[in-house]
Amino acid sequence: MEQQDSAGSNVIYRHRWPTRIWHWANAVCLFFLLLSGLQIFNAHPALYFGQQSTFDDPALSLTAFRAADRTIHGQTQIGSWTFDTTGYLGASPDRIGNMVPRGFPPWLTIPSYRDLSTGRVWHFFFAWLLVINGLVFLVFSLANRHFVRDLAPSGRELGGIGHTILEHIRFRFHHDGRYNVLQKLSYIVVIFILLPLIVATGLTMSPGMDSWAPWLLDVFGGRQSARSIHFITMALLVTFFIVHILMVLAAGPINEMRSIITGRYKIDPELKEGSS
Amino acid sequence: MTLILTRRRLLRYGALGAGAALLAGCDGISRNPQARNFLQRAEDLTMAAQRALIDRTALAPEFSESEIIQPMRANGSRNVQDDAYHALFDSDFAGWTLPVTGLVEKPLALSLNEIRNMPSRTQITRHDCVEGWSCIAKWTGTPLSGVLDQAGVKPDAKYIVFRCFDTLGNALYYESIDMVDARHPQTILAYGLNDEKLGIPYGAPLRVRVERQLGYKMAKYIKAIEVVDDLSPIAGGKGGYWPDRGYEWYAGI
Repeated sequence: MEQQDSAGSNVIYRHRWPTRIWHWANAVCLFFLLLSGLQIFNAHPALYFGQQSTFDDPALSLTAFRAADRTIHGQTQIGSWTFDTTGYLGASPDRIGNMVPRGFPPWLTIPSYRDLSTGRVWHFFFAWLLVINGLVFLVFSLANRHFVRDLAPSGRELGGIGHTILEHIRFRFHHDGRYNVLQKLSYIVVIFILLPLIVATGLTMSPGMDSWAPWLLDVFGGRQSARSIHFITMALLVTFFIVHILMVLAAGPINEMRSIITGRYKIDPELKEGSS
Repeated sequence: MTLILTRRRLLRYGALGAGAALLAGCDGISRNPQARNFLQRAEDLTMAAQRALIDRTALAPEFSESEIIQPMRANGSRNVQDDAYHALFDSDFAGWTLPVTGLVEKPLALSLNEIRNMPSRTQITRHDCVEGWSCIAKWTGTPLSGVLDQAGVKPDAKYIVFRCFDTLGNALYYESIDMVDARHPQTILAYGLNDEKLGIPYGAPLRVRVERQLGYKMAKYIKAIEVVDDLSPIAGGKGGYWPDRGYEWYAGI
Protein backbone atom coordinates (compact mmCIF):
# COMPACT_ATOMS: atom_id res chain seq x y z
CA MET A 1 0.00 0.00 0.00
CA GLU A 2 3.01 2.25 -0.06
CA GLN A 3 2.81 3.33 -3.64
CA GLN A 4 4.69 6.56 -4.12
CA ASP A 5 2.17 9.31 -4.89
CA SER A 6 4.51 10.97 -7.41
CA ALA A 7 8.27 11.15 -7.78
CA GLY A 8 9.86 13.11 -4.99
CA SER A 9 6.65 13.54 -2.98
CA ASN A 10 6.36 12.14 0.53
CA VAL A 11 2.60 11.58 0.27
CA ILE A 12 1.60 7.95 -0.05
CA TYR A 13 -1.68 6.22 -0.83
CA ARG A 14 -2.43 4.62 2.52
CA HIS A 15 -6.06 3.54 2.70
CA ARG A 16 -7.88 1.94 -0.20
CA TRP A 17 -11.49 2.93 -0.83
CA PRO A 18 -13.09 -0.23 0.68
CA THR A 19 -11.25 0.45 3.92
CA ARG A 20 -12.28 4.12 3.93
CA ILE A 21 -15.94 3.42 3.18
CA TRP A 22 -16.06 0.66 5.79
CA HIS A 23 -14.44 2.93 8.37
CA TRP A 24 -16.94 5.76 7.96
CA ALA A 25 -20.01 3.58 7.56
CA ASN A 26 -18.90 1.72 10.66
CA ALA A 27 -18.44 4.98 12.58
CA VAL A 28 -21.97 6.09 11.65
CA CYS A 29 -23.47 2.69 12.57
CA LEU A 30 -21.70 2.48 15.92
CA PHE A 31 -22.76 6.03 16.81
CA PHE A 32 -26.46 5.28 16.26
CA LEU A 33 -26.20 1.79 17.75
CA LEU A 34 -24.62 3.16 20.93
CA LEU A 35 -27.19 5.88 21.56
CA SER A 36 -30.22 3.78 20.57
CA GLY A 37 -28.80 0.90 22.62
CA LEU A 38 -28.68 3.11 25.70
CA GLN A 39 -32.34 4.00 25.03
CA ILE A 40 -33.18 0.27 25.01
CA PHE A 41 -31.11 -0.28 28.16
CA ASN A 42 -33.10 2.48 29.90
CA ALA A 43 -36.28 0.36 29.59
CA HIS A 44 -34.80 -1.98 32.21
CA PRO A 45 -31.61 -0.38 33.52
CA ALA A 46 -30.11 -3.44 35.17
CA LEU A 47 -27.77 -6.26 34.14
CA TYR A 48 -27.66 -9.87 35.27
CA PHE A 49 -25.63 -13.00 34.57
CA GLY A 50 -27.23 -16.34 33.75
CA GLN A 51 -30.22 -17.57 31.75
CA GLN A 52 -32.69 -15.21 33.41
CA SER A 53 -32.89 -12.00 35.43
CA THR A 54 -32.26 -12.41 39.16
CA PHE A 55 -34.36 -9.37 39.94
CA ASP A 56 -33.33 -9.07 43.59
CA ASP A 57 -29.64 -9.29 42.84
CA PRO A 58 -28.54 -7.45 39.68
CA ALA A 59 -24.86 -7.29 38.74
CA LEU A 60 -25.35 -3.64 37.79
CA SER A 61 -28.27 -1.29 38.14
CA LEU A 62 -29.05 2.38 37.64
CA THR A 63 -31.83 3.38 40.02
CA ALA A 64 -33.40 6.47 41.55
CA PHE A 65 -34.61 7.10 45.08
CA ARG A 66 -36.29 9.96 46.88
CA ALA A 67 -34.26 11.30 49.80
CA ALA A 68 -35.73 12.58 53.11
CA ASP A 69 -35.73 16.14 51.72
CA ARG A 70 -37.88 14.81 48.82
CA THR A 71 -35.17 15.41 46.20
CA ILE A 72 -34.59 12.63 43.66
CA HIS A 73 -31.17 11.00 43.61
CA GLY A 74 -29.57 8.71 41.04
CA GLN A 75 -27.65 5.67 42.18
CA THR A 76 -25.33 3.31 40.31
CA GLN A 77 -24.84 -0.15 41.77
CA ILE A 78 -22.10 -2.50 40.60
CA GLY A 79 -21.91 -5.73 42.61
CA SER A 80 -21.83 -4.69 46.27
CA TRP A 81 -20.74 -1.11 45.57
CA THR A 82 -23.10 1.82 45.17
CA PHE A 83 -22.27 5.31 44.01
CA ASP A 84 -24.30 8.51 43.99
CA THR A 85 -24.50 9.47 40.32
CA THR A 86 -27.29 12.06 40.53
CA GLY A 87 -27.52 14.13 37.36
CA TYR A 88 -25.87 11.52 35.14
CA LEU A 89 -26.90 7.93 35.89
CA GLY A 90 -30.10 6.75 37.59
CA ALA A 91 -31.62 10.23 37.66
CA SER A 92 -30.94 13.19 35.38
CA PRO A 93 -32.54 16.55 34.55
CA ASP A 94 -35.33 16.55 31.96
CA ARG A 95 -35.97 19.27 29.39
CA ILE A 96 -37.15 21.77 31.99
CA GLY A 97 -34.52 20.88 34.56
CA ASN A 98 -36.51 18.59 36.87
CA MET A 99 -34.58 15.59 38.16
CA VAL A 100 -36.33 12.44 36.87
CA PRO A 101 -35.55 8.71 37.24
CA ARG A 102 -33.75 7.55 34.10
CA GLY A 103 -30.85 5.12 33.47
CA PHE A 104 -28.73 7.11 31.03
CA PRO A 105 -29.40 10.86 30.59
CA PRO A 106 -31.38 12.29 27.60
CA TRP A 107 -28.23 13.56 25.83
CA LEU A 108 -26.92 9.99 25.56
CA THR A 109 -30.01 8.36 24.04
CA ILE A 110 -31.85 8.29 20.69
CA PRO A 111 -34.50 9.56 20.86
CA SER A 112 -33.61 11.92 23.71
CA TYR A 113 -37.06 11.31 25.27
CA ARG A 114 -38.11 7.93 26.59
CA ASP A 115 -39.32 5.76 23.69
CA LEU A 116 -38.28 2.11 23.68
CA SER A 117 -39.97 1.19 20.39
CA THR A 118 -38.24 3.97 18.45
CA GLY A 119 -34.91 3.09 20.09
CA ARG A 120 -35.38 -0.47 18.81
CA VAL A 121 -36.26 0.78 15.32
CA TRP A 122 -33.00 2.77 15.13
CA HIS A 123 -31.00 -0.04 16.70
CA PHE A 124 -32.07 -2.82 14.34
CA PHE A 125 -31.77 -0.64 11.24
CA PHE A 126 -28.15 0.17 12.03
CA ALA A 127 -27.46 -3.36 13.28
CA TRP A 128 -28.30 -4.66 9.80
CA LEU A 129 -26.11 -1.96 8.20
CA LEU A 130 -23.23 -2.82 10.56
CA VAL A 131 -23.43 -6.51 9.68
CA ILE A 132 -23.74 -5.95 5.91
CA ASN A 133 -20.92 -3.38 6.00
CA GLY A 134 -18.74 -5.75 8.01
CA LEU A 135 -19.33 -8.69 5.66
CA VAL A 136 -18.52 -6.58 2.58
CA PHE A 137 -15.35 -5.30 4.26
CA LEU A 138 -14.39 -8.88 5.15
CA VAL A 139 -14.71 -10.03 1.55
CA PHE A 140 -12.77 -7.02 0.17
CA SER A 141 -10.04 -7.24 2.78
CA LEU A 142 -9.48 -10.91 2.14
CA ALA A 143 -9.46 -10.26 -1.62
CA ASN A 144 -7.09 -7.28 -1.54
CA ARG A 145 -5.01 -8.89 1.22
CA HIS A 146 -5.53 -5.93 3.57
CA PHE A 147 -5.67 -8.23 6.60
CA VAL A 148 -2.56 -10.21 5.71
CA ARG A 149 -0.49 -7.31 4.47
CA ASP A 150 -1.48 -4.48 6.79
CA LEU A 151 -2.98 -5.99 9.95
CA ALA A 152 -1.13 -9.22 10.71
CA PRO A 153 1.86 -8.32 12.90
CA SER A 154 5.18 -9.98 12.08
CA GLY A 155 7.15 -11.94 14.66
CA ARG A 156 9.73 -9.18 14.72
CA GLU A 157 7.05 -6.57 15.43
CA LEU A 158 5.60 -8.65 18.26
CA GLY A 159 9.12 -9.08 19.67
CA GLY A 160 9.61 -5.32 19.64
CA ILE A 161 6.29 -4.56 21.34
CA GLY A 162 7.98 -3.32 24.54
CA HIS A 163 9.91 -0.74 22.54
CA THR A 164 6.73 0.40 20.73
CA ILE A 165 4.89 0.79 24.05
CA LEU A 166 7.76 2.97 25.41
CA GLU A 167 7.67 5.11 22.28
CA HIS A 168 3.90 5.60 22.71
CA ILE A 169 4.36 6.58 26.34
CA ARG A 170 6.86 9.24 25.17
CA PHE A 171 4.40 10.32 22.43
CA ARG A 172 7.00 9.60 19.75
CA PHE A 173 5.26 8.46 16.59
CA HIS A 174 6.84 7.32 13.34
CA HIS A 175 4.86 8.23 10.28
CA ASP A 176 6.09 5.64 7.83
CA GLY A 177 2.61 4.90 6.49
CA ARG A 178 2.39 1.49 8.10
CA TYR A 179 0.47 0.56 11.22
CA ASN A 180 2.66 -0.01 14.26
CA VAL A 181 2.26 -3.21 16.25
CA LEU A 182 -0.04 -1.69 18.90
CA GLN A 183 -2.28 -0.30 16.18
CA LYS A 184 -2.35 -3.66 14.43
CA LEU A 185 -3.25 -5.49 17.63
CA SER A 186 -5.98 -3.05 18.61
CA TYR A 187 -7.52 -3.16 15.12
CA ILE A 188 -7.39 -6.98 15.18
CA VAL A 189 -9.13 -6.99 18.57
CA VAL A 190 -11.87 -4.64 17.29
CA ILE A 191 -12.39 -6.34 13.90
CA PHE A 192 -12.07 -9.99 14.91
CA ILE A 193 -13.17 -10.00 18.56
CA LEU A 194 -15.27 -7.04 19.70
CA LEU A 195 -17.43 -6.49 16.60
CA PRO A 196 -18.24 -10.22 16.09
CA LEU A 197 -18.85 -10.52 19.84
CA ILE A 198 -21.31 -7.62 19.97
CA VAL A 199 -23.24 -9.06 16.99
CA ALA A 200 -23.25 -12.60 18.42
CA THR A 201 -24.41 -11.49 21.88
CA GLY A 202 -27.06 -9.32 20.23
CA LEU A 203 -28.36 -12.33 18.30
CA THR A 204 -28.32 -14.46 21.47
CA MET A 205 -30.85 -12.04 22.97
CA SER A 206 -33.27 -12.88 20.13
CA PRO A 207 -35.76 -15.57 21.22
CA GLY A 208 -36.11 -16.53 17.54
CA MET A 209 -32.37 -17.04 17.08
CA ASP A 210 -32.19 -19.07 20.29
CA SER A 211 -34.49 -21.66 18.71
CA TRP A 212 -32.18 -21.81 15.68
CA ALA A 213 -28.91 -21.95 17.61
CA PRO A 214 -29.46 -22.91 21.25
CA TRP A 215 -25.68 -23.37 21.55
CA LEU A 216 -25.36 -19.56 21.53
CA LEU A 217 -26.85 -19.68 25.04
CA ASP A 218 -24.23 -22.23 26.11
CA VAL A 219 -21.41 -20.15 24.63
CA PHE A 220 -22.40 -16.98 26.51
CA GLY A 221 -23.93 -18.57 29.61
CA GLY A 222 -27.54 -17.60 29.01
CA ARG A 223 -29.58 -14.75 27.57
CA GLN A 224 -28.99 -12.38 30.46
CA SER A 225 -25.24 -13.06 30.38
CA ALA A 226 -25.31 -12.34 26.65
CA ARG A 227 -27.06 -9.04 27.39
CA SER A 228 -24.40 -8.11 29.95
CA ILE A 229 -21.55 -9.14 27.62
CA HIS A 230 -23.20 -7.05 24.88
CA PHE A 231 -23.10 -4.08 27.28
CA ILE A 232 -19.47 -4.71 28.35
CA THR A 233 -18.40 -5.05 24.70
CA MET A 234 -20.09 -1.71 24.03
CA ALA A 235 -18.02 -0.16 26.84
CA LEU A 236 -14.83 -1.66 25.34
CA LEU A 237 -15.71 -0.26 21.89
CA VAL A 238 -16.30 3.16 23.45
CA THR A 239 -12.88 2.86 25.15
CA PHE A 240 -11.31 1.98 21.80
CA PHE A 241 -13.02 5.00 20.23
CA ILE A 242 -11.65 7.38 22.89
CA VAL A 243 -8.07 6.06 22.57
CA HIS A 244 -8.41 6.07 18.76
CA ILE A 245 -9.40 9.77 18.77
CA LEU A 246 -6.61 10.67 21.22
CA MET A 247 -4.07 8.89 19.01
CA VAL A 248 -5.35 10.69 15.91
CA LEU A 249 -4.99 14.02 17.75
CA ALA A 250 -1.50 13.13 18.99
CA ALA A 251 -0.29 11.81 15.64
CA GLY A 252 -1.43 14.82 13.59
CA PRO A 253 -5.18 15.13 13.09
CA ILE A 254 -5.09 16.81 9.67
CA ASN A 255 -2.82 14.22 8.07
CA GLU A 256 -4.72 11.34 9.70
CA MET A 257 -8.12 12.71 8.69
CA ARG A 258 -6.93 13.30 5.14
CA SER A 259 -5.71 9.72 4.88
CA ILE A 260 -8.98 8.16 6.08
CA ILE A 261 -11.03 10.47 3.82
CA THR A 262 -8.94 10.65 0.64
CA GLY A 263 -6.52 7.80 1.27
CA ARG A 264 -3.50 10.11 0.97
CA TYR A 265 -1.07 10.24 3.87
CA LYS A 266 2.06 12.27 4.36
CA ILE A 267 5.01 10.30 5.72
CA ASP A 268 8.02 11.71 7.58
CA PRO A 269 10.58 12.99 5.04
CA GLU A 270 13.48 11.11 6.69
CA LEU A 271 11.59 7.86 6.17
CA LYS A 272 11.02 8.50 2.50
CA GLU A 273 13.96 6.50 1.18
CA GLY A 274 13.77 3.66 3.64
CA SER A 275 10.07 3.02 3.48
CA SER A 276 9.29 1.79 -0.01
CA MET B 1 -3.63 33.37 26.05
CA THR B 2 -6.94 35.00 25.27
CA LEU B 3 -6.71 33.59 21.78
CA ILE B 4 -6.20 30.04 23.06
CA LEU B 5 -9.02 30.39 25.56
CA THR B 6 -11.33 31.76 22.93
CA ARG B 7 -10.42 29.06 20.48
CA ARG B 8 -10.83 26.36 23.12
CA ARG B 9 -14.16 27.82 24.16
CA LEU B 10 -15.20 28.07 20.56
CA LEU B 11 -14.30 24.42 20.01
CA ARG B 12 -16.16 23.38 23.12
CA TYR B 13 -19.30 25.31 22.35
CA GLY B 14 -19.02 24.25 18.72
CA ALA B 15 -18.86 20.58 19.72
CA LEU B 16 -21.71 20.96 22.21
CA GLY B 17 -23.79 22.80 19.63
CA ALA B 18 -23.10 20.20 16.95
CA GLY B 19 -23.97 17.41 19.37
CA ALA B 20 -27.21 19.09 20.41
CA ALA B 21 -28.15 19.71 16.77
CA LEU B 22 -27.41 16.07 15.91
CA LEU B 23 -29.57 14.75 18.75
CA ALA B 24 -32.36 17.21 17.89
CA GLY B 25 -32.11 15.91 14.31
CA CYS B 26 -32.50 12.33 15.57
CA ASP B 27 -35.58 13.34 17.56
CA GLY B 28 -36.96 14.96 14.40
CA ILE B 29 -36.42 11.77 12.39
CA SER B 30 -37.94 9.71 15.23
CA ARG B 31 -41.10 11.85 15.11
CA ASN B 32 -41.35 11.92 11.33
CA PRO B 33 -43.65 9.04 10.27
CA GLN B 34 -42.08 8.54 6.83
CA ALA B 35 -38.53 8.53 8.16
CA ARG B 36 -39.45 6.23 11.04
CA ASN B 37 -41.28 3.86 8.67
CA PHE B 38 -38.19 3.73 6.50
CA LEU B 39 -36.00 2.75 9.46
CA GLN B 40 -38.63 0.23 10.62
CA ARG B 41 -38.43 -1.62 7.30
CA ALA B 42 -35.46 -3.43 8.85
CA GLU B 43 -38.17 -5.44 10.65
CA ASP B 44 -39.19 -7.03 7.31
CA LEU B 45 -35.57 -8.02 6.75
CA THR B 46 -35.35 -9.49 10.26
CA MET B 47 -38.53 -11.48 9.81
CA ALA B 48 -37.55 -12.72 6.33
CA ALA B 49 -34.10 -13.73 7.61
CA GLN B 50 -35.43 -15.52 10.69
CA ARG B 51 -38.19 -17.29 8.76
CA ALA B 52 -35.65 -18.42 6.13
CA LEU B 53 -33.09 -19.53 8.70
CA ILE B 54 -35.17 -21.07 11.46
CA ASP B 55 -37.02 -24.32 10.92
CA ARG B 56 -40.73 -23.71 11.50
CA THR B 57 -40.80 -26.42 14.17
CA ALA B 58 -37.49 -25.50 15.87
CA LEU B 59 -38.20 -25.34 19.59
CA ALA B 60 -37.36 -22.53 21.96
CA PRO B 61 -34.98 -23.80 24.66
CA GLU B 62 -36.72 -25.59 27.53
CA PHE B 63 -35.31 -25.64 31.05
CA SER B 64 -35.35 -27.90 34.11
CA GLU B 65 -37.47 -27.53 37.25
CA SER B 66 -34.41 -26.33 39.20
CA GLU B 67 -34.18 -23.29 36.93
CA ILE B 68 -37.53 -21.97 38.18
CA ILE B 69 -35.96 -19.80 40.88
CA GLN B 70 -38.56 -17.09 41.43
CA PRO B 71 -42.24 -16.32 40.91
CA MET B 72 -43.08 -15.40 37.31
CA ARG B 73 -42.84 -11.66 36.76
CA ALA B 74 -46.05 -10.38 35.21
CA ASN B 75 -45.70 -8.26 32.07
CA GLY B 76 -48.16 -5.75 30.62
CA SER B 77 -51.54 -5.50 32.39
CA ARG B 78 -51.55 -7.05 35.84
CA ASN B 79 -55.28 -6.72 36.34
CA VAL B 80 -58.48 -6.14 34.38
CA GLN B 81 -60.68 -3.08 34.93
CA ASP B 82 -63.94 -4.90 34.31
CA ASP B 83 -66.38 -6.12 37.00
CA ALA B 84 -67.88 -8.74 34.68
CA TYR B 85 -64.40 -10.24 34.23
CA HIS B 86 -63.88 -10.47 38.00
CA ALA B 87 -67.28 -12.12 38.44
CA LEU B 88 -66.26 -14.70 35.82
CA PHE B 89 -62.89 -15.23 37.52
CA ASP B 90 -64.56 -15.79 40.89
CA SER B 91 -66.72 -18.55 39.37
CA ASP B 92 -63.71 -20.14 37.56
CA PHE B 93 -65.26 -18.92 34.30
CA ALA B 94 -68.32 -21.17 34.72
CA GLY B 95 -70.75 -20.61 31.87
CA TRP B 96 -68.15 -18.70 29.87
CA THR B 97 -66.94 -19.97 26.51
CA LEU B 98 -64.06 -19.03 24.23
CA PRO B 99 -65.35 -18.28 20.74
CA VAL B 100 -63.15 -19.39 17.84
CA THR B 101 -64.56 -17.67 14.76
CA GLY B 102 -63.65 -16.14 11.43
CA LEU B 103 -62.21 -18.14 8.54
CA VAL B 104 -63.09 -21.55 9.99
CA GLU B 105 -65.31 -24.39 8.76
CA LYS B 106 -66.92 -24.84 12.16
CA PRO B 107 -66.96 -21.94 14.65
CA LEU B 108 -66.34 -23.14 18.20
CA ALA B 109 -67.38 -22.04 21.67
CA LEU B 110 -65.11 -23.86 24.13
CA SER B 111 -65.62 -23.83 27.88
CA LEU B 112 -62.55 -23.61 30.09
CA ASN B 113 -63.13 -27.19 31.24
CA GLU B 114 -63.31 -28.41 27.65
CA ILE B 115 -59.99 -26.68 26.97
CA ARG B 116 -58.44 -28.18 30.11
CA ASN B 117 -59.54 -31.63 28.93
CA MET B 118 -57.94 -31.26 25.50
CA PRO B 119 -54.42 -32.68 24.92
CA SER B 120 -52.04 -30.72 27.11
CA ARG B 121 -48.43 -29.66 26.88
CA THR B 122 -46.24 -28.48 29.75
CA GLN B 123 -43.07 -26.51 29.00
CA ILE B 124 -40.51 -24.72 31.16
CA THR B 125 -39.47 -21.76 29.07
CA ARG B 126 -37.84 -18.38 29.31
CA HIS B 127 -40.12 -15.37 28.95
CA ASP B 128 -38.30 -12.42 27.36
CA CYS B 129 -39.80 -8.98 27.86
CA VAL B 130 -39.14 -6.29 25.26
CA GLU B 131 -37.75 -4.22 28.15
CA GLY B 132 -34.82 -6.62 28.40
CA TRP B 133 -35.52 -8.90 31.35
CA SER B 134 -36.08 -12.68 31.27
CA CYS B 135 -37.87 -15.03 33.65
CA ILE B 136 -38.13 -18.84 33.53
CA ALA B 137 -41.47 -20.47 34.41
CA LYS B 138 -43.52 -23.59 33.73
CA TRP B 139 -46.54 -23.19 31.48
CA THR B 140 -49.32 -25.72 30.93
CA GLY B 141 -51.91 -25.48 28.20
CA THR B 142 -53.36 -27.00 25.09
CA PRO B 143 -51.59 -26.60 21.73
CA LEU B 144 -53.31 -23.96 19.63
CA SER B 145 -52.96 -26.15 16.53
CA GLY B 146 -55.37 -28.69 18.10
CA VAL B 147 -57.99 -26.00 18.62
CA LEU B 148 -57.51 -24.77 15.06
CA ASP B 149 -57.83 -28.33 13.70
CA GLN B 150 -61.07 -28.78 15.60
CA ALA B 151 -62.44 -25.59 14.04
CA GLY B 152 -61.07 -26.40 10.58
CA VAL B 153 -59.08 -23.44 9.33
CA LYS B 154 -59.99 -22.33 5.80
CA PRO B 155 -57.15 -22.23 3.23
CA ASP B 156 -57.16 -18.42 2.90
CA ALA B 157 -56.55 -17.92 6.65
CA LYS B 158 -53.35 -16.00 7.37
CA TYR B 159 -53.46 -14.79 10.96
CA ILE B 160 -54.83 -15.74 14.35
CA VAL B 161 -56.12 -12.74 16.31
CA PHE B 162 -56.43 -12.84 20.11
CA ARG B 163 -59.02 -10.48 21.60
CA CYS B 164 -58.50 -9.76 25.29
CA PHE B 165 -60.45 -8.70 28.38
CA ASP B 166 -57.86 -6.14 29.49
CA THR B 167 -57.57 -2.52 28.51
CA LEU B 168 -54.44 -0.38 28.46
CA GLY B 169 -55.06 3.36 28.26
CA ASN B 170 -58.76 2.79 27.31
CA ALA B 171 -57.95 0.51 24.36
CA LEU B 172 -58.68 -3.21 24.43
CA TYR B 173 -55.55 -5.32 24.21
CA TYR B 174 -55.21 -7.60 21.19
CA GLU B 175 -52.44 -9.42 19.40
CA SER B 176 -51.98 -11.59 16.33
CA ILE B 177 -49.60 -14.24 15.00
CA ASP B 178 -49.24 -15.87 11.61
CA MET B 179 -49.91 -19.53 10.82
CA VAL B 180 -46.24 -20.51 11.27
CA ASP B 181 -46.31 -19.46 14.91
CA ALA B 182 -49.92 -20.61 15.37
CA ARG B 183 -48.93 -24.15 14.27
CA HIS B 184 -45.69 -24.22 16.28
CA PRO B 185 -45.64 -27.12 18.79
CA GLN B 186 -44.87 -24.80 21.72
CA THR B 187 -47.67 -22.36 20.92
CA ILE B 188 -50.20 -23.21 23.62
CA LEU B 189 -53.25 -21.64 25.19
CA ALA B 190 -51.91 -21.73 28.74
CA TYR B 191 -54.24 -22.15 31.72
CA GLY B 192 -51.58 -23.21 34.22
CA LEU B 193 -48.43 -21.57 35.57
CA ASN B 194 -45.89 -23.30 37.82
CA ASP B 195 -48.37 -26.14 38.56
CA GLU B 196 -51.11 -23.74 39.62
CA LYS B 197 -54.18 -22.35 37.94
CA LEU B 198 -53.32 -19.24 35.93
CA GLY B 199 -53.86 -16.23 38.21
CA ILE B 200 -55.12 -12.77 37.34
CA PRO B 201 -51.68 -11.10 37.03
CA TYR B 202 -50.66 -13.75 34.50
CA GLY B 203 -53.68 -13.52 32.21
CA ALA B 204 -56.49 -15.82 33.46
CA PRO B 205 -58.37 -17.57 31.97
CA LEU B 206 -55.99 -18.12 29.03
CA ARG B 207 -52.72 -16.63 27.83
CA VAL B 208 -51.07 -17.68 24.62
CA ARG B 209 -47.41 -18.69 24.70
CA VAL B 210 -45.44 -17.80 21.55
CA GLU B 211 -42.05 -18.91 22.80
CA ARG B 212 -39.94 -17.66 19.90
CA GLN B 213 -41.11 -14.07 20.27
CA LEU B 214 -41.12 -11.37 22.95
CA GLY B 215 -43.59 -11.15 25.83
CA TYR B 216 -45.97 -8.57 24.37
CA LYS B 217 -46.90 -11.01 21.57
CA MET B 218 -48.24 -13.45 24.18
CA ALA B 219 -51.71 -12.02 24.70
CA LYS B 220 -53.15 -12.46 28.21
CA TYR B 221 -56.81 -12.53 29.35
CA ILE B 222 -57.88 -14.09 26.03
CA LYS B 223 -61.60 -13.48 25.44
CA ALA B 224 -61.95 -14.60 21.82
CA ILE B 225 -59.94 -16.06 18.95
CA GLU B 226 -60.53 -14.93 15.38
CA VAL B 227 -59.02 -16.38 12.20
CA VAL B 228 -58.50 -13.69 9.52
CA ASP B 229 -56.68 -13.06 6.26
CA ASP B 230 -56.05 -9.34 6.82
CA LEU B 231 -55.04 -7.39 9.93
CA SER B 232 -55.57 -3.89 8.55
CA PRO B 233 -59.30 -3.54 9.46
CA ILE B 234 -58.61 -4.30 13.14
CA ALA B 235 -57.97 -1.39 15.58
CA GLY B 236 -54.87 0.51 14.40
CA GLY B 237 -54.31 -1.99 11.60
CA LYS B 238 -50.85 -3.17 12.65
CA GLY B 239 -51.97 -6.45 14.19
CA GLY B 240 -51.57 -5.70 17.88
CA TYR B 241 -51.90 -3.21 20.70
CA TRP B 242 -48.15 -2.53 20.84
CA PRO B 243 -47.56 -2.80 17.07
CA ASP B 244 -50.24 -0.08 16.70
CA ARG B 245 -48.01 1.98 19.01
CA GLY B 246 -44.74 1.63 17.11
CA TYR B 247 -43.46 -1.77 18.24
CA GLU B 248 -42.57 -4.53 15.76
CA TRP B 249 -45.35 -6.93 14.80
CA TYR B 250 -42.69 -9.60 14.34
CA ALA B 251 -40.97 -9.67 17.73
CA GLY B 252 -38.56 -12.56 17.22
CA ILE B 253 -35.73 -10.20 18.18
